[in-house]
Amino acid sequence: MSRLGKIARRTFLIGSATVAGGVAFGTYLYKRPIPNPLLETLAEGEAAITPYVKIDARGITLITPRADKGQGAYSLQAMLIAEELDIDPASATLTPGAPGPAYYNWAVLEEGVPMPAYDQSGAAKAMREFMAVPAKLFQMQMTGGSSTVPDSYVKLRMAGAVARETLKEAAAQREGLSRDALKTENGAVLLPDGRQIAYTDLAADAALIEPVMDVALRPASEWTLLGKPDMKRLDMVAKCTGTEVYGIDYAVDGMLFASVCANPGIGGEVIGFDASEAETMRGVKKIVPVAHGVGVIADNTWRALRAVNAIKCTWGPAPYPADSAEIFAKLDAAVDDEDSFDHRQRNEGDVDAALTADEGAVFEAAYKIPYLAHAPMEPMNAIVLVTDDGCDVWTGTQIPLFVRNKAAALTGLENDQVRVHVQPMGGSFGHKLEMTHVEQAVELALAVKGTPVKLTWSREEDMTHDYPRPAAVARGRGIVKGGKVETFDLSVGQSAMAPNWFGRLSGLSLPGPDATITTGSWDQPFAIPNYRVTGYRAPDMVPVSSWRSVGASGNGFFHDCFLDELIHEAGADPLEERLRLCLDDPSRKVLEAVGEMSGWNGPSLGENRGRGVAFCLSFGVPTAHVIEVTNTAAGIKMDKVYSVVDTGEVLDPTNLEAQVFGGLLYGLSHAIYNELTYENYAAQQTNYHDYEGLRIYQVPKIEVKALTNGPRIRGVGEPGLPPAAPALANAIFAATGQRIREMPFIKHIDFV
Amino acid sequence: MKLSVNGTDHEVDVEPDMPLLWVLRDELGITGPKYGCGIAQCGACTVHVDGLAVRSCQLAIGDLAGAVTTIEGLGQPDALHAVQEAWIAHQVAQCGYCQSGQIMSAASFLEGNPDPTDDDIDAAMSANLCRCGTYPRIRAAVKTAAAKLKEA
Repeated sequence: MSRLGKIARRTFLIGSATVAGGVAFGTYLYKRPIPNPLLETLAEGEAAITPYVKIDARGITLITPRADKGQGAYSLQAMLIAEELDIDPASATLTPGAPGPAYYNWAVLEEGVPMPAYDQSGAAKAMREFMAVPAKLFQMQMTGGSSTVPDSYVKLRMAGAVARETLKEAAAQREGLSRDALKTENGAVLLPDGRQIAYTDLAADAALIEPVMDVALRPASEWTLLGKPDMKRLDMVAKCTGTEVYGIDYAVDGMLFASVCANPGIGGEVIGFDASEAETMRGVKKIVPVAHGVGVIADNTWRALRAVNAIKCTWGPAPYPADSAEIFAKLDAAVDDEDSFDHRQRNEGDVDAALTADEGAVFEAAYKIPYLAHAPMEPMNAIVLVTDDGCDVWTGTQIPLFVRNKAAALTGLENDQVRVHVQPMGGSFGHKLEMTHVEQAVELALAVKGTPVKLTWSREEDMTHDYPRPAAVARGRGIVKGGKVETFDLSVGQSAMAPNWFGRLSGLSLPGPDATITTGSWDQPFAIPNYRVTGYRAPDMVPVSSWRSVGASGNGFFHDCFLDELIHEAGADPLEERLRLCLDDPSRKVLEAVGEMSGWNGPSLGENRGRGVAFCLSFGVPTAHVIEVTNTAAGIKMDKVYSVVDTGEVLDPTNLEAQVFGGLLYGLSHAIYNELTYENYAAQQTNYHDYEGLRIYQVPKIEVKALTNGPRIRGVGEPGLPPAAPALANAIFAATGQRIREMPFIKHIDFV
Repeated sequence: MKLSVNGTDHEVDVEPDMPLLWVLRDELGITGPKYGCGIAQCGACTVHVDGLAVRSCQLAIGDLAGAVTTIEGLGQPDALHAVQEAWIAHQVAQCGYCQSGQIMSAASFLEGNPDPTDDDIDAAMSANLCRCGTYPRIRAAVKTAAAKLKEA
């Protein structure tokens, strides 16, 4: 069988037990096919040929199980199915479907393997494929890690192709023809005599035959939807007319409205509260204690918010240091401390020997990044209805099966008695990989069984109860010789993120090192004679989570800025030296392309002007930005950005561009302005007035280019972010001579 | 209390200090205007009162003096306003949560300034926050909408 056929069989979910491997734990369970969940709920006359396509006499429904938080996931998943199914995707109903193990994410754990993304050896590929095993076992129906496209690329086109061929087979049997004699177009089978039979008319027949599995995918040259420059997102009209229904907009008949206040020292106890004033306020129905806080159920969200503000709470301490100074002292103490050693996945040459041989020549620099809130525009919300024999949850989430299991545990129901209805999200950036708000909504709903309760967090609750991007510190030591970077040694100190998050969601511990401490620095495609990156694990402090681009959000800054400093020490050109050191062909072409686009001829652009280049390989996507700045009397002004990515293939050029400049701007915004600082266990930033984002007048002109030299297709929701901050820091150095080694940059220099 | 929203009269029984945003969303079920910050920092709640853009999270219903238009009243999927058409043509929205407010701000601004410069657009649209970073396309879409409105 061809390689594509093998992948297709393994990733496709009906009746396919032919997997490669037979490795380690759970092979039997892994090999057992997962039933098609749509088959359990079909009505007479409906056909669910695959877990992704459901057809009845009224129409076609496409199941798009990766959640949409603004990145265009629903739209692209529908396009992938429609490309092979031969339907107009705008004519279909899209639904994320009922969460279930069939929709596990094949690709999401790939980043965790101990091989860098540019390693295309057989062992590295096998290891990545093996990560599908735990993904399936843990029922990782999860959206994240820029994995929707790589996970769906073959799987969903196969789903469309199997459905199409099965519908053709149904038509062939009805008409007494050979399937080969039939064609399909725009939701119908075309017969040789020119007649058409609509798919909807064939659904009942198709449900009675075995799905046709031996299908071949069309080559890109035959695509009619994917890859076209004029692709339009299917959610665009709704989002421009106020008709998109987000979780916060969803309504259930008879629902009440609620809000909560929880201990701002996350995980701290409630010593006591006085709700006597809140109880008397108009519209208040019930005051309900919840874990670590208290909630108000009312007849209107504003009344609930106002009543929550009237409750006087006494909070206990949180189980972490009380303020930022103590927290950073612990991070500083972890770096280069043997007892805090976590992992070292890059160790080439002999760094120790090089550093001790010429101590006087060692160049050192220290970097620091703060905790960051995700702060998507839509605050956390969930509607929950609990009855004696079931529980319904309506919420925007990236982790529907964790939500289901947790709701079941809290209500005492079985997992299959909980129905999670995933709603579109008004942004996430990783925020909705958490579910504390759902747990609170379940607690509230349990207090008024039979009545649905819609919980909305205030912006202040959302900012101060975010599980933030971890704070981290890094120390670099290096040596340059003969105009070249010769020794590069980076030590990063951070609390563990992945075990913290996974434990909170599942109750399970995640043993072993936490790769996120150095993701984005240990795995860069450079050949430096003495090259070492080490992760040190600080104690658990503020509970932390994934934030757009995860480990690479900080490590991209540490690695590239320190490299830029060494290149400057060497007296080399920033772009030329990165190119000289680069060992990966697609990555080199990305750097060359950004040089050509920007007309690179050195970092200086004249008096008070400069440009910086930065590079990071994250989520398998080599990405480079060149940023041009002017040092004006009013502060640093960003003039222009050139961005190049390599995603292997491009499915939606318009949305790709938006994701790249979106990631870039999210990265710049936080690098310049944002931090969560802690006092008395609580985050001090409570709303957008003290957690500012870039505004339109500050946004430079941006040019984006996508290359396709990479070995396979990749997702691009995150890779634009990691090189954004270092490109700006390097540009500021070029324009002013000032190195900025700490975020937010505004602590060190003004911006227009 | 009486109010007119998108040409329809409503009567609501609420406190006079309830913000217009929550009257629209929870009392009338008009959810185009969004709750983002509650303190007039993000602009996601922007609606028109007698054609002027206002932050509905800061306008107490008791102080409302004029007819309210929300994004739903500006245009609908089958009858788009020029600003919405431009937004779709430029594929502006990502998560889309702020876009109701962005579009309402742009529509009101272009009423008063049909021939804006780039700086005018930046100044007028800077009170609306977008966390996805759709700003480059907002800029382009406002220009397209301005040109379209001038033709009309």
